[in-house]
Amino acid sequence: MKAIAGRSRIKKENWLWGYSMIAPAMLGIGFFFIWPMIQTFYFSMTRWGDFGTYKFAGFDNYHRLFADHDVWKAVLNTFRYVVLAVPLSVAISILVAVMLNQKIKGLSLYRTLFFLPVITMPAAVAMVWKWLYNSDYGLLNHMLNEFSIQGSRWLTDPQLAPYSIVVVMIWSSIGFNMVILLAGLQGISKTYYEAARIDGAGVMAQFLRITLPGLTPTVFFVFIISLIGTLQVFDLIWMMVGNPSIVKFSTQSVVYLFYDAAFLTNEKGYAASIAVLIFVLVMVMTIIQMVFQKKWVHYE
Amino acid sequence: MRAENVSQKPKFWILHTLLIVLAFFMLVPFAWMILTSFKSLGESVHVPVIVFPKSIHWDNYIDVLYTMPFLTFYFNTIAITALKVLGTLIFSSLAAYAFARIEFPGRNVLFVILISVLMVPGQIYILPLFLIMRDFGWLNTLQAVAVPGMFDAFGVFLLRQFFLSLMKELEESAKLDGCNHLQIYWRIMLPLAKPGLIALTIFTVLASWNELLWPMIVNSSPAKMTLAVGLSWLQGRHGTNYPVLMAGSLMALWPMVLLFLTLQKHFIEGIAMTGTK
Repeated sequence: MKAIAGRSRIKKENWLWGYSMIAPAMLGIGFFFIWPMIQTFYFSMTRWGDFGTYKFAGFDNYHRLFADHDVWKAVLNTFRYVVLAVPLSVAISILVAVMLNQKIKGLSLYRTLFFLPVITMPAAVAMVWKWLYNSDYGLLNHMLNEFSIQGSRWLTDPQLAPYSIVVVMIWSSIGFNMVILLAGLQGISKTYYEAARIDGAGVMAQFLRITLPGLTPTVFFVFIISLIGTLQVFDLIWMMVGNPSIVKFSTQSVVYLFYDAAFLTNEKGYAASIAVLIFVLVMVMTIIQMVFQKKWVHYE
Repeated sequence: MRAENVSQKPKFWILHTLLIVLAFFMLVPFAWMILTSFKSLGESVHVPVIVFPKSIHWDNYIDVLYTMPFLTFYFNTIAITALKVLGTLIFSSLAAYAFARIEFPGRNVLFVILISVLMVPGQIYILPLFLIMRDFGWLNTLQAVAVPGMFDAFGVFLLRQFFLSLMKELEESAKLDGCNHLQIYWRIMLPLAKPGLIALTIFTVLASWNELLWPMIVNSSPAKMTLAVGLSWLQGRHGTNYPVLMAGSLMALWPMVLLFLTLQKHFIEGIAMTGTK
């Protein structure tokens, strides 16, 4: 009896330790993130007056949201970023990772160079690319002129600007993906390659039959991370396009629209409903990825 | 990370050509940033383009210091980053230890709630969080940026994974010696978790240093701006004076480059850790 009572005392003591050790993190996260999260859902059903007062407005914001051309355009813009930047960046990253997974000269130099954009402040990245893209004085048009190619208005032509931004997104993300993919490549057992060599499989066959399938869990991870990141793009567009701008309509992302409504035009209730839309988009895209992964991801 | 000779042996010159072309693409913006920062305004807008400045114009860097309280930006950014790192390391590791090693009712539910915070986009809490900061009277203060950043769900997740991968034997013997959980955490787990703590520190520093949206929202007064917000502000004032803008950019980003070059191994291992665990 005594032993059982003692054990249950230790158990209770453990509970106390557990709760007190998680308390600082959980209370902070609860107060600064979870509580505001719940508030956003409530605010999305309110209308805001001039002096920070608000009243319940039911689904008014959502009705407006669904009828708002700017919102749908921003959603389409964001999807365009995702559809172009994510697969291209992941594909290039796989290529780079596979190339850097060999014994070659200058390996660490290459790796450093590819990684440099990852640590660089997006605000600075945006500014230098804006300068490279400058239609009058930019390096890009200058180099094209050298080859007698007519330059373009990379960031001021509404048709072209989104694609110019995609290039910067890819440039910024290759390094991060590459590092994760390299770790994934190192995890593929070498015995597979030895067996394949004995069977006389060529380089291409080895890549397609061993490297790619073995890498799919890592590719999946990189895909999800890039997807979530790209759906929330703000810094690059804010700095490269600016406000106001003639290309704003064709380039602004949903988060940009959210920022606009929340802090510039000061429609906080409407902004909250845009935030909920972003939340739904991220969730839906993640779930779609999770469902489709069964079709292409191979776990050992 | 060691390069391994996987049995593929493609023609190496193809490999190098491809790599050099890609590396060039990665490097050009940095090179152009540096070159432009040393040009005079006239040289920067010269047609045809001048690649190398005739003489080195340091005045652009001095201009940055004159037009903006850049030293204040450094101080703000460093202070905010230090607070975030401190809070994240302490609070995350405490919670991570409890989630990994102590059994208590509701543990799994609480952990799932924590993970859900990781999954949602930041915009979902940013607006009410701004209002909370306003009600606290914290707008235009450093704590408005630093304090929420001290609580990091990702940190708890990362370190929990790390703790779970550690052997239990040392702890068991410490328990027999009568150590309580706080002692085990402090004397045994933390020293063993050093690689995880270093990785978390690097992520926190990097994210904090480069963050734009939140500090821009809560601090509009130049006295409380971080470097990233300062750059956005500089662009607003110096719209087309690219030599000055590039000098400012370089002044804002060099500490991270230095940090990366000195701690490169830890950066790479840290990122690889999140991808494979």
